[in-house]
Amino acid sequence: MTALLVVAFLLVAAGGTVVVLTREPARQAVTLSVYGVLLTLLFVLLQAPDVALSQVAVGSAVVPLMVLLAVRKVRGGKR
Amino acid sequence: MSRSARWIVFWLGAGGVGTLIVLAVLKLPFGGLVHPYRELSVPAAIGRSSPNIVSSVNFDQRALDTLGEETILLGSVVGAAALLRPSKNEREQLDRDEGRVLEATKLLGYLLLPVTLIVGADVVTHGHLTPGGGFQGGVVLATGVHLLYVAGSYRMLRRLRPTKWYQLAEAVAAGAFVVLGLVGLLLTGAFLANVLPLGVLGDLFSSGTVFFLNVAVGAAVTSGVVVLLAGFLAQALSVREVR
Repeated sequence: MTALLVVAFLLVAAGGTVVVLTREPARQAVTLSVYGVLLTLLFVLLQAPDVALSQVAVGSAVVPLMVLLAVRKVRGGKR
Repeated sequence: MSRSARWIVFWLGAGGVGTLIVLAVLKLPFGGLVHPYRELSVPAAIGRSSPNIVSSVNFDQRALDTLGEETILLGSVVGAAALLRPSKNEREQLDRDEGRVLEATKLLGYLLLPVTLIVGADVVTHGHLTPGGGFQGGVVLATGVHLLYVAGSYRMLRRLRPTKWYQLAEAVAAGAFVVLGLVGLLLTGAFLANVLPLGVLGDLFSSGTVFFLNVAVGAAVTSGVVVLLAGFLAQALSVREVR
């Protein structure tokens, strides 16, 4: 269990770094979504299924969707 | 503010927060055997027929905090909806041609739509028994509705998801939470006191007000997220500047 936890923590740290280093907002929405899934995995391993459920729905679905829609709107205005 | 001054302010703040976090984490009983809060909250939750301790804490033992959180959600949805409404020189215009949806996407979307809605409703109504509750289930329900857009079309989503209804439901659900709290205040003298019959531990209709507060929050979160996404979708897909 501890080994799994270490792997999950490392994945979350790597995922967070990738999100920060992604400069393009539309791509960042995708990396943020992947990061959300990694965070969900960590919460499940830490035996917090309630938090994991919130995270998977909000962090990997709703927030990236809002970012993508906002990016589309901003770009559409320039056309 | 000059660049170097900004860095000084940043490092002062970051150093302060960092020190406080390290000090706090060092005192945390992480993985230890002493849990004073658990000793008190678990018997209280089981005693009031909510085997999901998290829900008992959220909707019974500290329900006032949840009311605060729900109000924050309500406030941010109202604020975002106000910012996202079309301005004076913008009109809603629907595209004639919305492009094509892959057959595989359509099949998967329509298969998953009822499944997602049932899972969402299950997570909301079993909040006092199993992991989940009004917030989690509400977000699942709200995202599930949008499979209509992914598998169908934006027109279809707009027709089957009248934003007005969801705006109304958001207000009614947030109000219901307060009304349940006031009922507790009237009957026992404590706001949000658990006054309803507690039922048998493990039954669907048990845990007193926890069940109903879960459903109220579920309705509020579903409609809040739907209203929020409706605003974003309209801005991205149909609101156009008119000259």
